Amino acid sequence: MDIKIKNIHLFDPLSGIDEVGTLLVDKGKVVKGTGSSARKEIDGEGLYLFPGLVDVHSHFREPGAEDAETIESGSKAAVKGGYTSVCVMPNTNPPIDNEGVARFIKEKSEEVGLCRVFPIGTITKEREGKELSEMSHLYQAGCVAFSDDGDCVRNSGIMRNALEYSKLFDVPIIDHPEDISLSNKGQMHEGSVSAGLGFKGIPDVSESTVVARDILLSKFTRGRVHLAHVSAADSVKLIKQWKNDRVTSEVTPHHLLLSDELIKDFDSNKKMKPPLRTMYDVEVLQRAIKDGLIEIVATDHAPHPDYKKDIEFSEAAFGVTGLETSFAVLYTELVKKGKISLNVLIKVLTSSPARIFNLPFGEIKEGAIADFTIVDLKSNWKVAADVFASKSKNSPFLGWKLEGVVKYCIVDGRTVFENGDFKKKKK
Amino acid sequence: MDRKDLLGIQGLSNEEIEEIITTAEYMEEILKRPIKKAPTLRGITVANLFFEPSTRTLNSFALAEKRLSADSINFSAASSSVLKGETLLDTAKNIQAMEVDVIVIRHSAPGSPHFLSKKLTASIINAGDGCHEHPTQALIDIMTLKKRFSVFKDLNIAIIGDIKHSRVARSLVLGLNKMGARITVCAPPTLLPLWMESFGVEFEFSLEKTLPGREVLYILRIQKERQGESLFPSLREYIKDYSLTYEKLKKFAAKEVVIMHPGPINRGIEIESRIADSEYSLVLSQVATGVAVRMSVLYLLSQRKLNGHKN
Repeated sequence: MDIKIKNIHLFDPLSGIDEVGTLLVDKGKVVKGTGSSARKEIDGEGLYLFPGLVDVHSHFREPGAEDAETIESGSKAAVKGGYTSVCVMPNTNPPIDNEGVARFIKEKSEEVGLCRVFPIGTITKEREGKELSEMSHLYQAGCVAFSDDGDCVRNSGIMRNALEYSKLFDVPIIDHPEDISLSNKGQMHEGSVSAGLGFKGIPDVSESTVVARDILLSKFTRGRVHLAHVSAADSVKLIKQWKNDRVTSEVTPHHLLLSDELIKDFDSNKKMKPPLRTMYDVEVLQRAIKDGLIEIVATDHAPHPDYKKDIEFSEAAFGVTGLETSFAVLYTELVKKGKISLNVLIKVLTSSPARIFNLPFGEIKEGAIADFTIVDLKSNWKVAADVFASKSKNSPFLGWKLEGVVKYCIVDGRTVFENGDFKKKKK
Repeated sequence: MDRKDLLGIQGLSNEEIEEIITTAEYMEEILKRPIKKAPTLRGITVANLFFEPSTRTLNSFALAEKRLSADSINFSAASSSVLKGETLLDTAKNIQAMEVDVIVIRHSAPGSPHFLSKKLTASIINAGDGCHEHPTQALIDIMTLKKRFSVFKDLNIAIIGDIKHSRVARSLVLGLNKMGARITVCAPPTLLPLWMESFGVEFEFSLEKTLPGREVLYILRIQKERQGESLFPSLREYIKDYSLTYEKLKKFAAKEVVIMHPGPINRGIEIESRIADSEYSLVLSQVATGVAVRMSVLYLLSQRKLNGHKN
């Protein structure tokens, strides 16, 4: 027996488990029995055990921008935040538009040996939106989805081809819905706040028009489209109207909690794409998560070094970090305040992303792969720059007091994170 | 007034606005003396940090600094290390390290004075930040109007021109709203933000409908480069519908109307040349008031330093 976790509150919406008990792990799998002796015993008194959290939208910046994040620092941030699996976006340099980069990321992350890292391949070569990438090669090299993230696929003909061709592998084509001709040079959500501050705006229609296009192209081609970081109420309306198995979407913790009013102090840690929208949009997004209309909460963890963020707002880079705050901020602000149930939160962070991205995780049952997150829901912590494992500190939640501390992360039956310490694989 | 910075009209109380204007009235007296100089800011060092081209605002500040005996340096982007890639914060910190007490900044990024104010101990004066605010211009305009009308309550003011991209309009609307004036803005729809109602003003697309019944017409300059963004089809068409001509003025406006403009004027575009020089125009009075208002702001913000406060 590898691990015995006793007196732990097992919680898994998919199999309906919500009880205190014992969990046994052997050879990386959940096993039955009482487990007389195990190499490692964890007393889970007062703690919750969830299926390992899955993030389908992160940026680890390696290769190309290692001063912002590396596969190692990103992996540390992930497990510290309770994530056992992370899908990383291909806007690296070079981008993940060839097998070499995909395999490099897989190998490097295995060497680091903390969370599982799954590369997302580009839709088009060099993310230029002109020619399709070698998707079959990328799929074989371990890519779990395709995206030109950061750039919308502007050419609808290319988007159509991508949606059709990807049916070969039944993986989602992820679009970053943004009509750049409507959002060009925009700094923040276009509305009364941007009008007062004198910023060029990023109107919500720059997102919703592309959401409409993508949904209709998916309907036409029967390909799977996944809409990244939905931020606008009108996008949610369109999704509701056209919802089917081949249209899925995600929302970030910051879009679920923050609005454009917060930019009045010109804090560039509130600057990202899509931008923070109005309180009305926030409420619509919260309801969409509650109702299961948007299936996934994804972090869009986008680390940037201080010299790209701690500057005047309009010069600052778009993007905020999220892996280390995501669970706690959602638990504190949505579950504790009665906006969504713990059931819904765990579903959108585990089984739903796993299902949509074809990953074999997200459930606690006999024979399941032993990826778990163990959390102390009663502990508090304060978000501060010096607590982050990420190389970057550009969090919109700095200063917030949160409930929920990740105590352990178990990946493939191995403890990779324990009470603040990272446990690398023994060689 | 006990404040470190002047970042915008936003955040200024009515009492502070009045204090700035009352002090500026005193400064105007200094400017009328045979020797137009006071030793008030001797030992205070001011850096004028202009990242955007400016003649009138920079000269107005520079003159205000000289009149009060402050030491001042001008720093313009063209002659600086900004072109070598230095960040705004590094530039400003370097200037502060030379024991500069006040930084007057003009920058194309909205909020850049606010950003610096959080990082630096020097007083920051916003001399225009992108399309956001231009507080000293609004204070000048309020003082100019005060000389003419004395009461702001229910004074009817129309601001005409590119509202969307105007920092002057934003500061002026904030200031005049505080004073109780009635404001109407007039522009083609593409040069108005879609969210005008949040500004607390009326808006009107037609110049002919805007002119009647106003005591003040405040004309904004139309930036020729906006044409490239297709916000209006041509200057010719803008002139046809929005240029304030003598003919339109005579036909629609009240007899006693006054005309203001923050400069620089594009004669023949937003305003007919003949009106700019007419008895209706308060333009040169605005410019004259400018030096006094800037002296007042420099003086009031330096009080902390002169009285020995730290930070």
